[in-house]
Amino acid sequence: MYDTIIIGAGMSGLAAGIRLAHYDQKVCILERHYTIGGLNSFYRVNGRNYDVGLHAVTNFTAKGAKKGPLARILRQLRFKWEDFSLAPQKGSRIAFPDVELRFDNDLDLLRSEVKRAFPTQVDRFEALINQIADYDDLDQAAFERSGRKILEETIDDPLLIEMLLCPLMWYGNAAEYDMAWGQFCIMFRSIFIEGFARPYKGVRLILKNLVKRFRGLGGELKLRAGVKTIHVEDGRVVCVELDNGEQIQGKRILSSAGSLETLRMCSDTSEPDPRRAGQLTFIESISILDRQPEKIGNADTIVFYNDSEKFHWEKPAVELCDTRTGVICSPNNYEYSDDEGQLTDGVVRITTIADFDRWNALSEDEYQRQKLRWYDRSVAASVQFTPDFRPYVIDTDLFTPTTINRFTWHDNGAVYGAPDKVLDGTTHLKNLFLCGTDQGFVGIIGAMMSGISMANMHCLRD
Amino acid sequence: MAPEEIRNVILDILTDIAPDEDLTALEDAVAFREQLELDSMDFLDIVMELRKRYSVNVPEEDYPQLASMDSTVTYLTPKMTDCVAS
Repeated sequence: MYDTIIIGAGMSGLAAGIRLAHYDQKVCILERHYTIGGLNSFYRVNGRNYDVGLHAVTNFTAKGAKKGPLARILRQLRFKWEDFSLAPQKGSRIAFPDVELRFDNDLDLLRSEVKRAFPTQVDRFEALINQIADYDDLDQAAFERSGRKILEETIDDPLLIEMLLCPLMWYGNAAEYDMAWGQFCIMFRSIFIEGFARPYKGVRLILKNLVKRFRGLGGELKLRAGVKTIHVEDGRVVCVELDNGEQIQGKRILSSAGSLETLRMCSDTSEPDPRRAGQLTFIESISILDRQPEKIGNADTIVFYNDSEKFHWEKPAVELCDTRTGVICSPNNYEYSDDEGQLTDGVVRITTIADFDRWNALSEDEYQRQKLRWYDRSVAASVQFTPDFRPYVIDTDLFTPTTINRFTWHDNGAVYGAPDKVLDGTTHLKNLFLCGTDQGFVGIIGAMMSGISMANMHCLRD
Repeated sequence: MAPEEIRNVILDILTDIAPDEDLTALEDAVAFREQLELDSMDFLDIVMELRKRYSVNVPEEDYPQLASMDSTVTYLTPKMTDCVAS
């Protein structure tokens, strides 16, 4: 009998596992995939290491900072700042036709850019920053208000609203069209106020440290151990049953599988309404260059581009992907320390909105053909906003919504999960709780914070 | 365990929870919150570490007793008489 069974060995499940194992609980993490990490995993192809989710770790604060989510996570998990060894970004851009806003890890750059590009909005932008500072993280009603509506009340230039929403939706909005006000505030803080960073070795460094700690504390991790059924009697989970039929008992379950995905496993519930599932998923076109991006004039860490004045955050209507908006990430463009040096390969990653059902319906041959086709189309769309890197490409890879589904097991490969978030992590069962993306915190730091806070709130106090 | 030993236990726990804090200047009569960057998660950790290390249970309604070093030591002294310093 385990004290806590955790479903999913992503960032949230591992962080929760460390908290519980540290306080002497008998903990088991069950992961369906053959590797750890979930959305923030990694893989190796043609002798090169690739990250799945990671463009940037958000919520960056420098060593010694005592406030903010990163400092909190380090304290709660008893890690040193060096264990994540984050290098800050060089600088990023929001690029729309004929107007751009640069930003970095100091809000003053974005302030001055708003002043340059939108001189009439300076005071309104300050008012918005104050509203964000006043937002209380745990108020579900405030969280769910329409972000667009509040933005329209504060800022009266529609183009600035679209430009602010673009990066924040790209990096953490599960819903189409609009963004919950709470999600907007969390993302604004994590991206514009705190900012981007990356470990030189990518996401594997963070994962390696999390797993090492979890196992060192006596935690058990089972891979290829998908949960088929959560068996329920009298409003309580009695055990979980794996795909191979094995039954495992725990006093409580903490699931990072997603809210609908978790409900579907429960033996006492009917099939949840598929319309409540997230729809937003991506393809990622990765190019390896024969030189550093900086050598061809690309010094941007991340570029969020959109090819018209209106930002369209929605599932593609007619094709496999929609290239009107995208993200260009160059992992070389971080301030790595002198002893780390620079990544050997030049890398440019392009993220493009995609449709899960269309990708999932393709035959194997057609799937391979469409990967080549959409690599070309997504890269062609991106080079309107970054120096054309195509002559220097020596290797490519592309992953699709079905890849993301395999790593995360989320319905539709939805990168940020379902639109409805459950901030308190509770379910219809007394000893079943949610953590991870459907609890409402996204990104690497958000996911770890979710695991920690749900473990603290529901699994430690008895 | 004597009050002075309990004080050392708390200092030890604080060092683990918040390794970047300078505890040498800590004033025992002043609330932790006014001197250190501790949030509610950190306070939970003080309670949890006491349970883990010394099997001392602090019920939730008593959490306010842990506001400062003085009040913490006063509160814990009767609870930890039989504890042995590790």
